Amino acid sequence: MTPVVSTGATPLLSLRDVEVTFTTEAGPATAARGVTFDVMPGETVAIVGESGSGKSTTAAAVIGLLAENGRVTAGRIVFDGQELVGQGTRAAAALRGREIGLVPQDPMSNLNPVLRVGAQIVEALEDNGVARGDAARRRAVELLEEAGLPDAARRAQQYPHEFSGGMRQRALIAMGLACRPRLLIADEPTSALDVTVQRTILDRLDVLTDQLGTAVLLITHDLGLAAERADRIVVMYRGEVVETGPALEILRTPQHEYTRRLLAAAPSLASRRIQLAKQHGTDDVDDLLAVSGGDPGTTTTPALSVVGAGDGTVTSSGPSGASAAGSPGDAGGLPDHIIEVAHVSKVFPIRGKGLFSRSTDFTAVDDVSFVIPRGQTVAIVGESGSGKSTVARMMLDLVKPTSGEIRFNGQPVGGADRAAETRFRRQVQPIFQDPYASLDPLYTIYRTIEEPLRAHGSASAAERRERVHQLMDDVALPSNLLRRYPAELSGGQRQRVAIARALALNPDLVVCDEAVSALDVIVQSQILHLLADLQHRLGLSYLFISHDLAVVRQIADHVCVMENGRIVEQGPADDVFDQPQQEYTQMLIDAIPGAGLELGLAG
Amino acid sequence: MARLVLRRLALLIPTLLGLSILLFLWVRALPGGPATALLGERATPEAVARINELYGFDRPILEQYVTWIGELVRGNFGVSTRTGVPVMEEFLARFPATIELTVVALLIAIGVGIPLGYVAARHQGRALDHGTVVLSLLGVTIPVFFLAFLLKYLFAVQLGWFPSAGRIDPSMIATHPTGFYVLDGLLTREWDASWDALLHLVLPAVALGSIPLAIIARITRASVIEVQGADYVRTARAKGLRPPRLRRRVVIRNAMLPVATTIGLQVGLLLSGAVLTETVFAFNGIGSFLAEAIFALDYAVLQGFILFVAVVYALANLAVDVSYGLIDPRMRAR
Amino acid sequence: MTTEPAAQDVVRQTVPRGPRTPREPDDAGASLWRVAARRLRRNPGAIVGAVIVLLFVLVALLAPVLAPYGAGALPGRAEIRPTVIPGPSDAFPLGLDRYGADLLSQLIWGARASLLIGILSTVLGLLGGALLGLLAGAFGGWVDTVTMRLVDLMLSVPSLLLAVSVAAVIGQTPSAIIIAIGVVQVPIFARLLRGSMLAQRDQDYVLAASSLGLGRRTVVMSHILPNSLSPVIVQATLMLATAVIEAAALSFLGLGGGSPTSAEWGRMLTAAQNELEVAPRLAMWPGVCIAVTALGFTLFGEALREALDPKTRKR
Repeated sequence: MTPVVSTGATPLLSLRDVEVTFTTEAGPATAARGVTFDVMPGETVAIVGESGSGKSTTAAAVIGLLAENGRVTAGRIVFDGQELVGQGTRAAAALRGREIGLVPQDPMSNLNPVLRVGAQIVEALEDNGVARGDAARRRAVELLEEAGLPDAARRAQQYPHEFSGGMRQRALIAMGLACRPRLLIADEPTSALDVTVQRTILDRLDVLTDQLGTAVLLITHDLGLAAERADRIVVMYRGEVVETGPALEILRTPQHEYTRRLLAAAPSLASRRIQLAKQHGTDDVDDLLAVSGGDPGTTTTPALSVVGAGDGTVTSSGPSGASAAGSPGDAGGLPDHIIEVAHVSKVFPIRGKGLFSRSTDFTAVDDVSFVIPRGQTVAIVGESGSGKSTVARMMLDLVKPTSGEIRFNGQPVGGADRAAETRFRRQVQPIFQDPYASLDPLYTIYRTIEEPLRAHGSASAAERRERVHQLMDDVALPSNLLRRYPAELSGGQRQRVAIARALALNPDLVVCDEAVSALDVIVQSQILHLLADLQHRLGLSYLFISHDLAVVRQIADHVCVMENGRIVEQGPADDVFDQPQQEYTQMLIDAIPGAGLELGLAG
Repeated sequence: MARLVLRRLALLIPTLLGLSILLFLWVRALPGGPATALLGERATPEAVARINELYGFDRPILEQYVTWIGELVRGNFGVSTRTGVPVMEEFLARFPATIELTVVALLIAIGVGIPLGYVAARHQGRALDHGTVVLSLLGVTIPVFFLAFLLKYLFAVQLGWFPSAGRIDPSMIATHPTGFYVLDGLLTREWDASWDALLHLVLPAVALGSIPLAIIARITRASVIEVQGADYVRTARAKGLRPPRLRRRVVIRNAMLPVATTIGLQVGLLLSGAVLTETVFAFNGIGSFLAEAIFALDYAVLQGFILFVAVVYALANLAVDVSYGLIDPRMRAR
Repeated sequence: MTTEPAAQDVVRQTVPRGPRTPREPDDAGASLWRVAARRLRRNPGAIVGAVIVLLFVLVALLAPVLAPYGAGALPGRAEIRPTVIPGPSDAFPLGLDRYGADLLSQLIWGARASLLIGILSTVLGLLGGALLGLLAGAFGGWVDTVTMRLVDLMLSVPSLLLAVSVAAVIGQTPSAIIIAIGVVQVPIFARLLRGSMLAQRDQDYVLAASSLGLGRRTVVMSHILPNSLSPVIVQATLMLATAVIEAAALSFLGLGGGSPTSAEWGRMLTAAQNELEVAPRLAMWPGVCIAVTALGFTLFGEALREALDPKTRKR
């Protein structure tokens, strides 16, 4: 992005001590307070924050589209010299579309499903008095072209469901810029898209707003992306602005403790493999507003008692014991590779559309081979549809390969032998992406973690109880959570519970399917450290599935890059990241937001 | 789209075949059997045997079924054991009355239910909304025949605004080329006959329409409220759409999708309700005919009727799916 | 219509966004059902519904104590004339019916009959439907196909006609009515439970349970089924209202059996049809009883649906 094109001292948008309050069942809840910042004409300002930081609420307040139970309860919002607060809904309504445009977050839900895409732009042009009839229709096609949609004339005649996510997002950009607003609010405009698509769309948006001199208010959770795209950054935390300043300055010399932690947690290419098992406090970030300047990050380091084998618990625990439990008798003769995948393919039949049309085959995984060395982490990286999740499911024996073979500890997976299957199940455990979905909502945390012990159990109730408490310790959760239900826990806490459950049976291999993707960066970083720590202590092997190369960089020893069902490149993590051999890998790496920037405290 | 219709019609065949088998067996499981029903409990065995032979009830069951299906395909639903008249003829004579009644009832339900639900949603949380919610609750919980009673007592017996029974004043001399009395009057320019038939329709149609009305109002309200909170509505507002266009093209068009499905589901309810309403108002339609057939254990009529209703029901649902496709482009691709 | 291969480049977990409503502090230590109970207590509709239902249940249970006269007794037979049906008096608070029975007593005893029919038939439908749904949902494959075909067949006939057909086959008695209404509910519950189970089957927690090596039966019975039950329970509550109404409709059509003086709301309403001009209250009272009972179950059922629905926005 070009530097500030400020044509004078008057800001285009100016917020002063803005407070937004929502009326909820539990009483009024303030989602933002004391929010103050300016956007100059033509400038790009990014608001960065985690979920619940109030960044989207602030944007909604500017454009007058707060949810019905929300109101600006204090402060001033001035757009181009015009006060918007307390002017009723009319004032904001008159500006929407014409002066202030919006590119919303989720391309799947933001287009009217029953109207052709072109018509949805035409109606914006007409209602804002920009163009009518045929002129408006021609203009709509131009706008779609401008947003980078190929074959725009034909596409304008299609419905949203015929568009891919990236195409929809382009349509939404065309819509947001249709009436040439002076300010464009882009609310997480690409967070639902794959990185490569994300990059081209953001580039397009940059070029367009640059040409048109549009100011952009970019809302994002991604510090790297903000740094790369914005002139200035506003950092929000728990409803308050904690820091404002030029993008690079914030990256190099963050002032507020929260910004520092955000930077430290943000994964980037500069990050290296997490080597040291160090503990990062609990999930619920301490109230940094109160202790600003302090350093709560290094406070608690719970005593991590590595419980070795044979200390009277349920099963023999610890690395050696766990392995031995798998194939008793030949503990010494285990292969170096815990998993060997040889020429595995998976074909799904897709039902034909017509009544009599034949079903076609879809090859989700195509001739994939790799190995997981004992005690190490192998990551599979790829975009959506690359087949990486199918690999994870096959590894868990939830899906059978169409051809090829997976060997676990030298034994083929998915044999008919019931005893072998049970043995396999206890040694390979999953951690799924969405901690909201992976725990049974009707089970207490205690029951959740106890379940595997009970299922495979020879242990007594007292032994199980002891083991559950020990597992809670291992994942640094207080045992008073044991009687809670998943709905009462934070996302990070739930993921810790999922990890504890996965570890209950002392597995050798843990399959992490996008295990940290749904978490905010700081929590994400804590979970990654926990995983690294556990690996170190328990000698676990990980198969780590992710779309996020920056995260993979932090956790993987070996990387396999998947595209369209095939592994296009694999090798030690350092090699793949530093000297990618394939164009596709290079493209993925380049697409990581903030790839070219050196984040202040990262690493 | 055409493919969808064809596929649905093709799917209808196995359903009807299965249903016909169940029906056939069911009717033969009726206690007593039709001969007893016809002749009474004290019929002589000889008389019963004669009836059974006459109607073929003594043949092997498979043969009876094949014969029955063969006749069905040719439009012959058999002969009513009670009246001795072909079932088809009985249907044709009474069916227009029921169609007239249910169509008017459905029109009332849609015509009042959708606007009511929409207005309630726009005034969510206010008195008008609460009123609609209560009304729709009552509509579902008051038994249709009780409502018919109430209406009849209040507007026919007490106030005398509407006739209390029948389809048309018996003293009215009119010709009925189609059997749809309101339509007939218009065709033959016998305006007073049309008007009189319409007056006879009002109370039964309102009673019959009450439940679908309540349900449609409820679904419309819920659907509009949900759509109003949808992301694409917010985005449409953000791009500066004016309220009229926003309501028409965004809110209403999307909110109508579940409403269309609901309307299709009401057809079964209407046909059930017609049996009750027609009985209360002595409205000589297919419903009251069926009620009589049940008591007489009139095999042919019962089989024919239920099969017939199943076809109507299936076609109504097909029509709904087609209309669904017209408003929802996502369905067209299927 | 052609469709472009869409959505290859999307589908990533949506990022949490928007202002989160602060978690209710009193939710601490609360299971789904405890939260639901708490939400119910705050919902006026639920309270009104529960009070109505409890009231009628009490009346039904205490009928021998509450009713001035026995079921079917004709204490005022002597006062009935062809053109005169005496109205409320000291001896008969709501007056007499055509045969000289005390209307109030009949209504009280009728609560017994109507609630019993409603509850028993719903229990029957629920058990039958849940069993079919469980089979279909748990086994899938051809069991599922066959079960669902059967369900489709049953649903292809409007409910009242199906009930009439069943009642016609098994005879015209109160127990026949119970079975008829129960049978009609079977396909509804079956489809509901199956759908609910299918929705749960692909959830991550089910996959996690399978990966733990739990047996298929354990996964179904202790994870999938318990999580699939709430829509079924809501439907059962609503179905009680429908059952009471349908029971009345069947006896209105003359399928209820019993003597003309038996205490049952639907039958009373039918008999009142002939006295509409002489004594409209004879129709009014049983009609109101049916409607209010149905209202009670419906109010409670709707409130329960709201309380159990995780999506319900808090207002």
